[in-house]
Amino acid sequence: MDRPTKTPTVAPYDEMYTADGQVRPPYEVYADWLIREPEDALRQKRAEADSLFHRVGITFAVYGEQDGNERLIPFDIVPRVLSADEWRRLAAGLRQRVHALNAFVADIYHGQDILRAGLLSPEQIFCNPQYRPEMQGLGVPGGIYAHIAGIDVVRAGQGEFYVLEDNLRVPSGVSYMLEDRKMMMRLFPELFALNRVAPVEHYPDRLLENLASVAPAGVADPVVVVLTPGAHNSAYFEHAFLAQQMGVELVEGQDLFVRDGFVYMRTTRGPQRVDVIYRRIDDDFLDPLVFRADSILGVAGLMSAYRAGRVTVANAIGTGIADDKSIYPYVPDMIRFYLGEEPLLANVPTRILRRPDDLAYTLAHLDELVVKEVHGAGGYGMLVGPAASQAEREDFKLRILAAPEKYIAQPTLALSTCPTFVEQGIAPRHIDLRPFVLSGKDITIVPGGLTRVALRAGSLVVNSSQGGGTKDTWVLEE
Amino acid sequence: MLSRTADHVYWLGCYAERAENLARTLDVQYRLSLLPRDTALEDAGWERMLDALGLIDDYVARFDRSFEAHRVIDFLAFDRDNPSSIFNCLRAARENARAVRGTISSEMWETFNATWLEARATAPTRFTARNVAEFIEWVKYRAHLARGVVLGSMLRDEGYHFMQIGTFLERSDGVARLLRIRLACERPDGAEGPAATDYLPWTVLLRALSAYEIFRRVSRDRVTPSHVIAFAAFRPDVPRSILRSTELVFENLQAVANARSAETQRRAGVLHSMLRFGTLDTLGTAGAEGFLRDVLARGADLSDRIGRDFLGHVTPA
Repeated sequence: MDRPTKTPTVAPYDEMYTADGQVRPPYEVYADWLIREPEDALRQKRAEADSLFHRVGITFAVYGEQDGNERLIPFDIVPRVLSADEWRRLAAGLRQRVHALNAFVADIYHGQDILRAGLLSPEQIFCNPQYRPEMQGLGVPGGIYAHIAGIDVVRAGQGEFYVLEDNLRVPSGVSYMLEDRKMMMRLFPELFALNRVAPVEHYPDRLLENLASVAPAGVADPVVVVLTPGAHNSAYFEHAFLAQQMGVELVEGQDLFVRDGFVYMRTTRGPQRVDVIYRRIDDDFLDPLVFRADSILGVAGLMSAYRAGRVTVANAIGTGIADDKSIYPYVPDMIRFYLGEEPLLANVPTRILRRPDDLAYTLAHLDELVVKEVHGAGGYGMLVGPAASQAEREDFKLRILAAPEKYIAQPTLALSTCPTFVEQGIAPRHIDLRPFVLSGKDITIVPGGLTRVALRAGSLVVNSSQGGGTKDTWVLEE
Repeated sequence: MLSRTADHVYWLGCYAERAENLARTLDVQYRLSLLPRDTALEDAGWERMLDALGLIDDYVARFDRSFEAHRVIDFLAFDRDNPSSIFNCLRAARENARAVRGTISSEMWETFNATWLEARATAPTRFTARNVAEFIEWVKYRAHLARGVVLGSMLRDEGYHFMQIGTFLERSDGVARLLRIRLACERPDGAEGPAATDYLPWTVLLRALSAYEIFRRVSRDRVTPSHVIAFAAFRPDVPRSILRSTELVFENLQAVANARSAETQRRAGVLHSMLRFGTLDTLGTAGAEGFLRDVLARGADLSDRIGRDFLGHVTPA
């Protein structure tokens, strides 16, 4: 494994401009347009976007906020652009990675070859709360577990891609990819006449095809539903949006029930069978008879119908074992192990603090590293060493020493920046990218993904829960 | 269609219609309060109105028996703590739309959402009890807009039928209540006087139902209580008549009939027949009160039954 390097002092890779101020090729047409666009006009477009997003109700719920509890995710009007060649390389790497991750989950819940080969130790799997013993030995259609994967990718150094995180449970954000595109086309139609931007609008069709392709064997015309925790969930807009775009029912746990081993939904004309559940609820809440007994979001008996092969749950139960931060460092090894290929996309070099030498190094270099809790998510439970105070680092050090196996450490990557329209005008802000990879009969990726942007100057945290925004992501066609 | 989805579209229809009916009811009383009339009966109009709307207890609990116009208007139009205020009906319509935004058309959702956002943003400042007329106009036009969006963009599936059922049950209820309020303000003896100005309130009522011009066009009758009640109840061609509303409830219920709804269909048919073949000739204004009360009770019964037959409501023990 590569050794983490010291925090780079060079300027981060800018997506639009080279270090000497030249416009990079994919941005040429856009930059030329941007220079001639008055700032007032941009400001007005941004205000227009805000009011449109409010009216359309593209909001996310925020717990504990008064009056509607809904907020907008800030939308930036400057797109993020990738060339056809960049995308080709990225897509090939994503395909390979998701292929290996699915093979890994299937292996863990069946033969466990990877443990016998000694690449991972049994306690890393069996002591992991994301491992679901209920899934052991259970076959799933097509051997696919992560039907929908959101892979977080960043660029650093000279623009190399790194995978930061694999999201294989209920990755969200795809609705923003689609709505951001719609908004850009509405605000700046002329830009789409000037640039050959690959379309993303067919994502819901692909998603539906993908879900139908993993229906239980023998079901000719499967009934697909989207299962949501309800209108108070922070991603409710996305759940409703995807159900609508696919033309399927959006159900809550209370709408479903299990009878004679099959899952049904309650309709105005009596029970109707359900074959594929695209669930947007965590494993823990899916079936109170098997998982958390206090869950009111799930469906009693769902797991028994699932075990009997009468219904497909997407993503499968237990995929969390492959997207846990403690497992992440081993993904390149998985690619070699299952596919016999070299990884096309690099991991961020990661120290595993359960290893004594990695722990010692990390404690000595806390001011340079990002330390993450392996079960944390959403940018919580992490220490950004260079940005933290001495006291915060000392405090975190004690937490690490109390349970080193709960942490990993990575160098503070100089995430790439992209020009972004902020209060002061156009300024560089750090970004990442979450492409969505669909696995069913085939693997499909619509060109692009969700670009998240840290709107505060210098901030590296792009999560919407912490003040991040989004950008439209363009993949140019040749 | 999911029972829960049907429930939400049903209530979406109800709340949207209730907001409009309330606006129209308020409109009558407000306009009358501006007329140079000076009768003790009219002074008690606000109280009668609250009574007929079933809100008098809630009101008295908060404001005692002081029925000043501005207070009642505020309570019915803008009050955040009155779950039945127009403001809260607009919110409830929007919340129900949000719960099924994937089922209704995007344009519908955006319309109900925009109405609510605008109400929330402007009701405390632009709209107050002082310029309630402007607010009423705004509510009516948002309702017209929403109706057009529903007609022009919603799939004619079960969701549409349930929304129509909710809408028209609510409308027949609202119109019946409006007529009762007016009736309660009439002379106790029920005698009809000769002077045209005596019936000014009934003219105002017709205007609030967007039906004054229609009345003039289709009827040679003078504006008297019994003529207006007969007109608002029994005309098949007046959009806000009770007959038209019960007819649409009946038709839409037929379209969604299921294995256990036969009795509900029958009762909807009975209510419709009462209006379809009814007449006030034998009732007089005194009998009209009983008739309207019957219409309201039958509507409430239908609402309960629809909840149990279709919308997944639990049968009370």
